[in-house]
Amino acid sequence: MRTGGDIAARIVAFAQALRRAGLVIGTDQVLDALQAVALVGVARREDVRQALFSVFVRRQSEAALFDQLFRLFWQGRSPIPEELAALLPRSPVPPTPPPGMARALEALHPERPRAEVSEAAEEVELVLTYSADEVLRHKDFAQMTAEEEAAVRAFLRTLRWPLPPRRTRRWQSGARRGRPDLRRTLRRALRHQGEVLRLAMRLPRSKPRPLVVLCDISGSMERYSRLLLHFLHAITGGLRRVESFVFGTRLTRITRQLRLRDVDVALAEVGRTVQDWSGGTRIGETLRTFNYRWLRRVLPASGVVLIISDGLDRGDPELLAREMARLSRSCYRLIWLNPLLRYEHYRPLTRGMRAALPYIDHFLPVHNLASLEQLGRLLASLDRRTPGTVVAE
Amino acid sequence: MSDGMFPESIEAVQQALAAHDYVAERSLATTIFLALRMRRPLFLEGEPGVGKTEVAKVLARMLRVPLIRLQCYEGLDVHTAVYEWNYARQLLEIRLAEASGQVDRNRLLAEIFSPDFLIARPLLQAVQQSRDGQAPVLLIDELDRSDEEFEAFLLELLSDFQISIPELGTVRAEVPPVVVITSNRTREIHDALKRRCLYYWVEYPSFEKELAIVRRRVPGLAEQLARQVVAFVQALRQEDLYKPPGVAETLDWAEALLALDRSELDAATVSETLGALLKYRDDVELVQRPEVQTRLLETARTRGT
Repeated sequence: MRTGGDIAARIVAFAQALRRAGLVIGTDQVLDALQAVALVGVARREDVRQALFSVFVRRQSEAALFDQLFRLFWQGRSPIPEELAALLPRSPVPPTPPPGMARALEALHPERPRAEVSEAAEEVELVLTYSADEVLRHKDFAQMTAEEEAAVRAFLRTLRWPLPPRRTRRWQSGARRGRPDLRRTLRRALRHQGEVLRLAMRLPRSKPRPLVVLCDISGSMERYSRLLLHFLHAITGGLRRVESFVFGTRLTRITRQLRLRDVDVALAEVGRTVQDWSGGTRIGETLRTFNYRWLRRVLPASGVVLIISDGLDRGDPELLAREMARLSRSCYRLIWLNPLLRYEHYRPLTRGMRAALPYIDHFLPVHNLASLEQLGRLLASLDRRTPGTVVAE
Repeated sequence: MSDGMFPESIEAVQQALAAHDYVAERSLATTIFLALRMRRPLFLEGEPGVGKTEVAKVLARMLRVPLIRLQCYEGLDVHTAVYEWNYARQLLEIRLAEASGQVDRNRLLAEIFSPDFLIARPLLQAVQQSRDGQAPVLLIDELDRSDEEFEAFLLELLSDFQISIPELGTVRAEVPPVVVITSNRTREIHDALKRRCLYYWVEYPSFEKELAIVRRRVPGLAEQLARQVVAFVQALRQEDLYKPPGVAETLDWAEALLALDRSELDAATVSETLGALLKYRDDVELVQRPEVQTRLLETARTRGT
């Protein structure tokens, strides 16, 4: 490594190379890097590496890329940046839609309703205004014609999903209820020469509960998958904190894809991301992956979990039971939606379903619009601490 | 605080940390050195239990300044993080003034909104103390637990270290405090905040490093047992656990073994004391399986002697 004025130019070139590799680096960081290298000196390669690392790297997943580039770049012979770019591995940063895309999509679909669960509302009202044709409401998703499906999709877009709010440790002013709010009381008193005429009150503020959806897309669910993904897209747009995963033999997080506003673009992205469409099911292993890898990242204890699956599982029922137990201990409510529940004589007798059943708070069908409405009513009433409604035991 | 109080070189940082019982790799020492000299917050990320919080504590001891700790949680707001007026006292003061019959409204106002009635929470404390020439170490612990609103506020504070209180005016830090932010990565922290910080990913310590930590912190433990303990824990972290043991757990376990006066690891000892190391039933069950336990003990014995 050479020293002198040369070094500044090299650091700038290195920053450019990192940028080309996908790291987000601003001018201020380049200045920081110059200062940092000046401080540690250039006597030891390892110190220079660490100085540049701490300034340029934001997350551990970028570390490998940084190391590779650093090694290439600070070797005796220095390739010029263009040559270097050719050597670069592909950026580990997941591809995002081209800039402007999101806004273009927004411009095209400005009318998508957003859920506004009124914080003060005592009663969370389920908004199902659409007077869908009774036939359509009760028609099985699996037996719909293309036209009917389109109608359902349009309907799904108008749905609002009222997850009941949860108390937080923040406060809002209350009229006559709650606890004394000394801050506001004093403010008011000052207006009247310090005379406290009335105590101001405050109430705990509420916040919507986070929702995690795990949706089965294995072969046996195939006839439902398409509409269920539309459903997932609808609730992702309608609730503030939703995390969505799909699974067959492996678990895939599709939250980011579903956030795309246009449902077709979003589902196309999901299609590209998910590797195991219409294959087998290994619910136990999938849940284990979720529990170990995602549970603590995406699901606070106040969250609600929705599993959508027919429970036809080829895996180990013991594993399934164990992971269900862990999941049910780690969330507020665990809801299982099963399209097979539509059959009057369905009994959850498969090994998988039997293993999972003891840990489920609510067990509901999901095969037509009426059942989605039922889900909406359930979500709205979750906080009333009713015992689990197990339909079709 | 002047730069003179900060160590002069990376080696000096490493030595100073070691003098306060913290074993740091050169890379961590480098980043700390830079954070001090460039007056940037230190952003430490890593699995729970790798010793992130400890860095802040040892920095405070090393620099001989107070440590101010802000534990983050969901719903943390400005009134618990920055400042709050002592309303009860203010109301009382108004009553007293009235009772004594001398109500000069303006004077009363100025009085009850004076620093006497202000309750400084960690962030204001940090800014205030740095004004008195003793910039403290400010630890913002587990930032990933707070919500985005608080993160945005923090971004503002970290850029110029001033807090404005409408009734009192602006309090500005003369020297920015030494800030350490930790995150367990339960969610990603926004890039804008990270950009203001120096980033360091804290790994589980290497065998040598963890052994050095055990030797320092549990000095009574026999050398051979210390080696076995560390080898066992390191092998354990390779297993498929729900919650791998952190350094704190290693130390707890070492202390438990010391208290039981053991000199070597065997199956019975491990079974009795596993609770110090593992905190989930599934994990304990996994390690209790004979073949797993035998494998781990074998590794511990070979590496430990």
